[in-house]
Amino acid sequence: MYAQMVKAEGAKSREEMTVEERAFQDRIDRGEKIEPKEWMPEGYRKTLIRQIGQHAHSEIVGQLPEGNWITRAPTLERKAILLAKVQDEAGHGLYLYSAAETLGVSRDELLELLHNGKMKYSSIFNYPTLNWADIGTVGWLVDGAAIMNQVQLQKTSYGPYSRAMIRICKEESFHQRQGYDILLKMCLQGTPEQKAMAQDAMNRFWYPALMMFGPSDKDSVHSAQSMQWKIKINTNDELRQKFVDQTVPQAEYLGLTIPDPNLKWNEEKGGYDFSEPDWDEFFDVIAGNGPCNAERMEARVTAWEDGAWFREGLMAHAKKQDARRAAARIAAE
Amino acid sequence: MSSEWPLWEVFIRGQHGLNHRHVGSLHAPDAEMAICNARDVYTRRNEGVSIWVVQSNQITASAPSEKGPLFEPSNSKVYRHPTFFDIPAEVGHM
Repeated sequence: MYAQMVKAEGAKSREEMTVEERAFQDRIDRGEKIEPKEWMPEGYRKTLIRQIGQHAHSEIVGQLPEGNWITRAPTLERKAILLAKVQDEAGHGLYLYSAAETLGVSRDELLELLHNGKMKYSSIFNYPTLNWADIGTVGWLVDGAAIMNQVQLQKTSYGPYSRAMIRICKEESFHQRQGYDILLKMCLQGTPEQKAMAQDAMNRFWYPALMMFGPSDKDSVHSAQSMQWKIKINTNDELRQKFVDQTVPQAEYLGLTIPDPNLKWNEEKGGYDFSEPDWDEFFDVIAGNGPCNAERMEARVTAWEDGAWFREGLMAHAKKQDARRAAARIAAE
Repeated sequence: MSSEWPLWEVFIRGQHGLNHRHVGSLHAPDAEMAICNARDVYTRRNEGVSIWVVQSNQITASAPSEKGPLFEPSNSKVYRHPTFFDIPAEVGHM
């Protein structure tokens, strides 16, 4: 989701496992949480760093499309709400970087990997936010899809990741509701032009939102090991189905049409049938060719480089204060 | 890359007269900024009335691999629990 296409190795059978690996798998099967510094297979550690890192990067890059509208929000109240939401995203990124750091990678290292393109973030943030209805739609669909993924990850086997997810989920529901609230206003009380804006946003964000769950299970080679380790709890397709089933009635209430002629209730499976997103587009965006990839990375790298003097300045100040305190202590002795 | 800000562990006292509890960690150049950052990162929704921060490298932790020998002495002393003692029903609540 916020971590699509995380590379992992194939799952091992019990016979292939070493004694340590088997004991580790038993702990996971019993539902025990794995904590930092405890023994873990190198593959578990590496996959988690990739997944949590990608998730953290997504939170941080995800601030950009919404930040675009802070100065353009239609009322002071909407502006304050959006500001609070974007601030939350920064917080979520920080919780996740901290969780990743417990696995022995530093935050600066992770940021460097993001900036030099070696680590990814969610494909969804490479789409532009063109009108105010996009902010409503992002909150409703994008945060909605994120919640769908994050709720199951609260049960993930790695303690610090699970605790970060619990915190994030508590805060995330505000994000989805504020988005839906924007669309309620536009769709139910707005002018025909405003309603058209909402439909336009829906048309552009529906398939990119479905892509957030990652490729179909049959094409997702990395899932098996991650599910065995409980780094992932549900499959991509299960989550996508749940998301569609939850979203359709919400769209109906708004009077918005989901841009999928094949969308149909399937009584037998108790869920909707729907069209797959264009996976070629997905892989293209992941590869760096989405509408906003270059812009997003440039904004990130610029922010990092422009902030260097400030980070260094504060560090120099802290060192000077330390030295001064040490000198005062010696003088007093 | 220049030197990274040190890591701090953050402890917060909730509203209800509880102990300070570990909530996570963050980077900051010094203790004062760590408190400021902790307020922004960990108490955006009234989660606390007091914050402690301590630099992560100042914490000494027990080794996970020694969990067995470390905690075994208390495992074997079941009489430390009140349920070890049978009190006759006639005595009433004790």
